[in-house]
Amino acid sequence: MNTQSILGQLDPELVSRLVGNRRGLFASVAKSLGVFASAPLVLAAASTEVFAAGLPKQIVDTLNFALTLEHIEDAFYRSALEKEFIPKEHKEVFNNIGLHEAQHVKFLTGALGAAAVKRPEADFTAGGKYADVFSNFDTFLTLSQTFEDLGVAAYKGQAGNLMENGDILTAALQIHSVEARHAAIVRRIGGKKAWDTAFDEPKTMEEVLAAAKPFLKA
Amino acid sequence: MQTHNDNSTLSPPRSRRTILKWSGATVATIALAGGLLPNFGISTAMAADLGEGDIGILNYAYALEQLEAAFYTKVIDSPYSDMPEAEKMILTEIKDHEVAHRDFLKKALAEKAIPDLEVDFSKVDFTKRESVLGTAKVFEDLGVSAYNGAGKLIKNPDYLLAAGKIVSVEARHAATIRDMLQPGSVAFAGADVVDKNGLDGAKPPADVLKAAGPFIKTEVTAKSIVGKK
Repeated sequence: MNTQSILGQLDPELVSRLVGNRRGLFASVAKSLGVFASAPLVLAAASTEVFAAGLPKQIVDTLNFALTLEHIEDAFYRSALEKEFIPKEHKEVFNNIGLHEAQHVKFLTGALGAAAVKRPEADFTAGGKYADVFSNFDTFLTLSQTFEDLGVAAYKGQAGNLMENGDILTAALQIHSVEARHAAIVRRIGGKKAWDTAFDEPKTMEEVLAAAKPFLKA
Repeated sequence: MQTHNDNSTLSPPRSRRTILKWSGATVATIALAGGLLPNFGISTAMAADLGEGDIGILNYAYALEQLEAAFYTKVIDSPYSDMPEAEKMILTEIKDHEVAHRDFLKKALAEKAIPDLEVDFSKVDFTKRESVLGTAKVFEDLGVSAYNGAGKLIKNPDYLLAAGKIVSVEARHAATIRDMLQPGSVAFAGADVVDKNGLDGAKPPADVLKAAGPFIKTEVTAKSIVGKK
């Protein structure tokens, strides 16, 4: 598992999008490093300041990664629930899922304090590929399952990076299994099996962000 | 695959030497754990101490998976009245998962694995859907909260990942069983298991073993992990 700043290894464009909320901090650090500093370098420097907030950098980076995913999920269900296309018999389930995602955002934001990333700008049509995501229930279900299964794999892949802090690890595991409950019910609503095999596989941060990227606005 | 009865052990008995080893460990631990653990009775000559450190945690998971595997094996061997084909399919897959989890942990533990536990499902009416699914719900939610609570006690990241690969499947089972009991409701992740922060349960080993106790005949002691929060 990766011990460096994981965000620092990512596509600079994506990083700058994720840290955009710390524009002030970002700009001042960028200035001190010189305008030609790459985004990952700036982020690494910015993260050092975060370190002062009390949590080790690896944990801050991991929680911000989790928060980014929760923001995406939260925005996804919020957008969906504003529309009137979810069949009545399933509305309650998606209200409940949406509620949990909002709670996760709040919880992680609280844990991160000033270090928390802002909500990324999302495009759930993925540039038009899923144009009817908020009018066609089948398309919505496909993306819902994608996000939930992705969330499960993402938290699982990051557990090792949180071992230094038992309380944070436990909370992340508690979110992880709620995402799995969501994934199961969404699959059932879609007439599918609630699982793939006896063991759920993890995904690395890079794999997860690559899967999420089409849904983040450029 | 051998078939399992309530009162049979789940595989051939261990050598005398192994039994003595486990008993020795147990004697030393009863006094320590007795206050926290329910009395499992002494209906069998075998007793199991889970061991220390990561081995203790893996054995703890192995004990729970043994319990679940034995339960679903019985469910499939003697299906409740008019079990619909779709439900039989789901319960069979869950059984296969639990057996895979059990066997995975047994293999990982190798010679450090606890003996096969003797289970007691006398409180379960296997002819009634409600009794079977109600028990399944208890086991699945308990399994989820057990793994969630034990994660921070694990030292080796590889074991933590292995536990993670199992726990989310248990959560998928829990959601499914809950939805079978209350179709279309929010029960799959109800407020009885998910708190106001959107967090699932996490229980320390002492609480989990206490809840599982009535279903396990073999004396189980856990000096090194019971008491850890």
